[in-house]
Amino acid sequence: MSPPEYKGLLPDVFAQWFARRGWTPRTHQLELLAKAKAGRSALLIAPTGGGKTLAGFLPSLVELGEKITPRTKKLISTGSGIRRDGGLHTLYISPLKALAVDIARNLEMPVREMNLPMRLETRTGDTPASKRQRQRRDPPDILLTTPEQLALLLASADAPYMFGSLRRVVLDELHSLVMSKRGDLLSLGMARLFQLAPLMTTVGLSATVAEPDELCRFLAPQPLDGDAKADLVIARAGAQPHVTMLDTSERLPWFGHSARHALHEIYALIKQHKTTLIFVNTRSQAEFTFQSLWGINDDNLAIALHHGSLDVAQRRKVEDAMTAGKLRAVVCTSSLDLGVDWGDVDLVVNIGAPKGSSRLMQRVGRSNHRYDEQSKAVLVPYNRFEVLECRAAIDAVAANAQDTPPLRIGALDVLCQHILGRAVGEPFLADDLYAEVRSAAPYATLARTDFDDAVDFVATGGYALKAYERSAKIRQGEDGKWRVAHPRVAQRYRMNTGTIVEADMLKVRLMRSTGRRTGDRQSKMGKSAMADLPRGGKTMIPRGGRVLGQVEEYFIEGLTSGDTFVFAGEILKYEALVENEVYVSRSTATDPKVPAYEGGKFPLSTYLAARVRGILADPKAWRALPDQVREWLEIQEWRSLLPPAGDLLVETFPRGSKNYLVCYPFEGRLAHQTLGMLLTRRLERAGMKPLGFVANEYALAVWGLSDLGLAIARGDLALGDLFAEDMLGDDLEEWLAESALMKRTFRSCAIIAGLIERRFPGEEKSRRQVTISTDLVYDVLRKHQPDHILLRAARADAATGLLDIKRLGELLSRIQGRIVHKSLDHVSPLAVPVMLEIGRETVYGEAADTLLAEAAGELVKEAMS
Amino acid sequence: MKVAVQSVEARQGGTIAIAGVPVIADPSGALYWPEHGLLAVSDLHLEKGSSYAARGQLLPPYDTAATLARLTRLIAHYAPRVVVSLGDSFHDGGGPARLGAADRDNLAAMQRGRDWIWITGNHDPEPAHNIGGAFHESLTLGALTFRHLPTGAAGEVCGHLHPVARISQRGRSMRRRCFAADAMRLVMPAFGAFTGGLNVRDAAFADLFGTLAFTAHMLGDTRIYAFAATRCLRD
Repeated sequence: MSPPEYKGLLPDVFAQWFARRGWTPRTHQLELLAKAKAGRSALLIAPTGGGKTLAGFLPSLVELGEKITPRTKKLISTGSGIRRDGGLHTLYISPLKALAVDIARNLEMPVREMNLPMRLETRTGDTPASKRQRQRRDPPDILLTTPEQLALLLASADAPYMFGSLRRVVLDELHSLVMSKRGDLLSLGMARLFQLAPLMTTVGLSATVAEPDELCRFLAPQPLDGDAKADLVIARAGAQPHVTMLDTSERLPWFGHSARHALHEIYALIKQHKTTLIFVNTRSQAEFTFQSLWGINDDNLAIALHHGSLDVAQRRKVEDAMTAGKLRAVVCTSSLDLGVDWGDVDLVVNIGAPKGSSRLMQRVGRSNHRYDEQSKAVLVPYNRFEVLECRAAIDAVAANAQDTPPLRIGALDVLCQHILGRAVGEPFLADDLYAEVRSAAPYATLARTDFDDAVDFVATGGYALKAYERSAKIRQGEDGKWRVAHPRVAQRYRMNTGTIVEADMLKVRLMRSTGRRTGDRQSKMGKSAMADLPRGGKTMIPRGGRVLGQVEEYFIEGLTSGDTFVFAGEILKYEALVENEVYVSRSTATDPKVPAYEGGKFPLSTYLAARVRGILADPKAWRALPDQVREWLEIQEWRSLLPPAGDLLVETFPRGSKNYLVCYPFEGRLAHQTLGMLLTRRLERAGMKPLGFVANEYALAVWGLSDLGLAIARGDLALGDLFAEDMLGDDLEEWLAESALMKRTFRSCAIIAGLIERRFPGEEKSRRQVTISTDLVYDVLRKHQPDHILLRAARADAATGLLDIKRLGELLSRIQGRIVHKSLDHVSPLAVPVMLEIGRETVYGEAADTLLAEAAGELVKEAMS
Repeated sequence: MKVAVQSVEARQGGTIAIAGVPVIADPSGALYWPEHGLLAVSDLHLEKGSSYAARGQLLPPYDTAATLARLTRLIAHYAPRVVVSLGDSFHDGGGPARLGAADRDNLAAMQRGRDWIWITGNHDPEPAHNIGGAFHESLTLGALTFRHLPTGAAGEVCGHLHPVARISQRGRSMRRRCFAADAMRLVMPAFGAFTGGLNVRDAAFADLFGTLAFTAHMLGDTRIYAFAATRCLRD
């Protein structure tokens, strides 16, 4: 029964349709309808299975259905072509191409069954050019697309005609969209849409987040002072999820990311349930888990693998089988975090620590897609520390605590891209565009100087040395408006739109078996024969072969021919890299040589970290932990200590010929890695001869030749100074100059902002073929114009991205005066996990010269022995 | 502005013998021949930034200044009697004309009191005006011949190929510019701030040296590290 205040909102044809399907409209669906009637924008927060999508579209379907006769469609000249009257009514934007396609399929059902006079189409990167052309000329009533396609549509002369009639924008999975630069780009596109379509309102669909108000701001154009918000509609929460931790009877590993110990128990769970989704945090973990499960799959259960690097065709096959109910389990990564509908999952298994409470709740929501049933999830920790994190996450879910990150500050590189897009669309006045950009919530606080710098960058590169006036991309006309200097500029903009700069991916091909090894003969061959060999291979590589998927370029860079690794569910042997393709063959090895270790992609959330520290500090909380973990903590308390929740424990101890310093900040691997870089620099300066460090999610270990414990005891080394906040000053600056992570960050900014173009008309280029390396540009720019807008953009990214400097800053400030030092004779129980990672992990991450010297030294040894 | 500058004095060059002549490979990528007080650099590609800008990629216009600054420090250190720029000194034929006033002055200051020889390269085949120095296709001095394009002749010091080598150690891969040399010939690394590189395992090097029996002298921060070409990895 719907509440009386919504009576009459739903037209008869819709009410009958609901009744025919045996459904009752949900309160939040009617609430959204009421908001639309009142001309209000709204954010709907609803759990999975809450009829969210239908709620978002219902107002549009009702409005479009109310037009009794199909509108007359007359032709109108747009100045650059012709289009039809009527025009676009609703734009739906989703973070995933697949989701747009999926939603379109789901909407066709009500449209067909109610015989609604409307047209519904998708537009993605896969849409043929002819259809795209037609969509501009004769837009459908509802268009489903992605943020990148919106940017492209806006960057055209007919955008005002195409979007002038727009009444509603529906943003799906908004909680996910706003977390990245795609969200920034989308916010700028929306700011433009609000200008073009004064009657437009917005609907955001989101999972539960920590600060819904921020998303409400995202959905409304921001006034110059104060802020505007869409209305918030919260659907009734579903049943409280049932989340437990796997209580393994096996021995819990001390470290690492292998679920080997729990495999049989996971397999038993699969057998007990109808369909199980098994989430892991990284691709390589997905590969490993999938392979191991098949290793014990005596019952031949249909277990499949799904991750973003697999070939699209293969992923579709898995998705279809899943929807058809043919699978018992799917091992997957965050590629399935988002809402593609997957049918009847009755159990979610999350292997590895969940990293965040909100993330876990979203994953758990994937089981029991029916609203009122309790969803069920089992957490499987990889190691002892993760037990603590899983425990903290279960408590957080019980408390319904959300820990999604705060709304981003709009990135400058994305702004640069948008400014060029705006000029490609139509000439603009800087004042007008500045006001428009600031109406986007992420850019509400954008300074005019930053905006002007961005315009200057787009025009001539933004250099203090004015050298490129003649090569300008956009120019100011006598009317004061900025316009593109040449049609070529527009063409190149269109080829390089978007903010997704993934690690460069290389295609993996399974080699045809006719390969003939010629390497042994190579040295005897003459020059002319050598020249005929394909570049980059000592094996004659027959071209072609089945594509298995894609792998990150940096991963392949670490391999040499003959190395084995796991990919696409099998152990493969790396043969050669030919141009942009990795050639592999099947291997008979039982263990891959290269472990492809990746920690979680997401750092432990600040909120869960605080909870973990809370558990550690409170022996009463240990009762809820498995026996072996409780014993571990008890011995730690006896041998060393466990600090109060806000303090930082620093242990020093000798081991072998070296001295170690281990600390436990629990701030995630990225922040620890940055801390490690900076600490070793400081120790070096203090004459403590540090040799290396290794970081994991929870702890950091530094080692060297000097006795650090003794130096601290004698007062030669003050821990307060070592961990002082000023390490984020000069030390950080110096490190950034050479940091490979910083260079990688800069590279994405340079590509997004359009300094480096990845695609040129007529040819697709990858980084391997681009002749200028962004690392060289970074070095030169850093020396000659350290405040250049792209360096500022890269710094802003580094604060939260690969270097996580913001979090490190918070840590250093938190522990001032709260460092507890314990000098020990032996390694402590708490230190064991991080100590075990030494040797598996890259050490002294940036000091390439040290490694060169080491490699050269080895050769000497080889030569002398 | 604070810029950490590695002082040239702290550097340690590596001595390489080419056709019996000992020369010093500097970690900056320059070659010094004490006997003649000759300093050689190759592939400066000056004005590469402005060359790209003309084609629509607005790279920083500081590459020329950066390259010349490094060269200035080297000249201050070695005080050579002769400087040889081994071809592709400018990224394109219009480069000399686009040279900024400050860079032009810098260049003139370096040329004062010494011989300056521009070897012509494929990017800059024609002699240019207003940049001082003398233009030659090649320069032979004693047992060594300096030219841009490699021919494989004995005693040849050349450029053009921009050699880089890649080494992997403890799961990390390092890619650096290098000198590629056997006992009879040497290919110099590119010196320009915006110059990329060609891996020494490319067929072009095997063609030149006949086999893989050559050494990559990789440029470290303060010294040169020598690796057999067979130890170097492909890209």
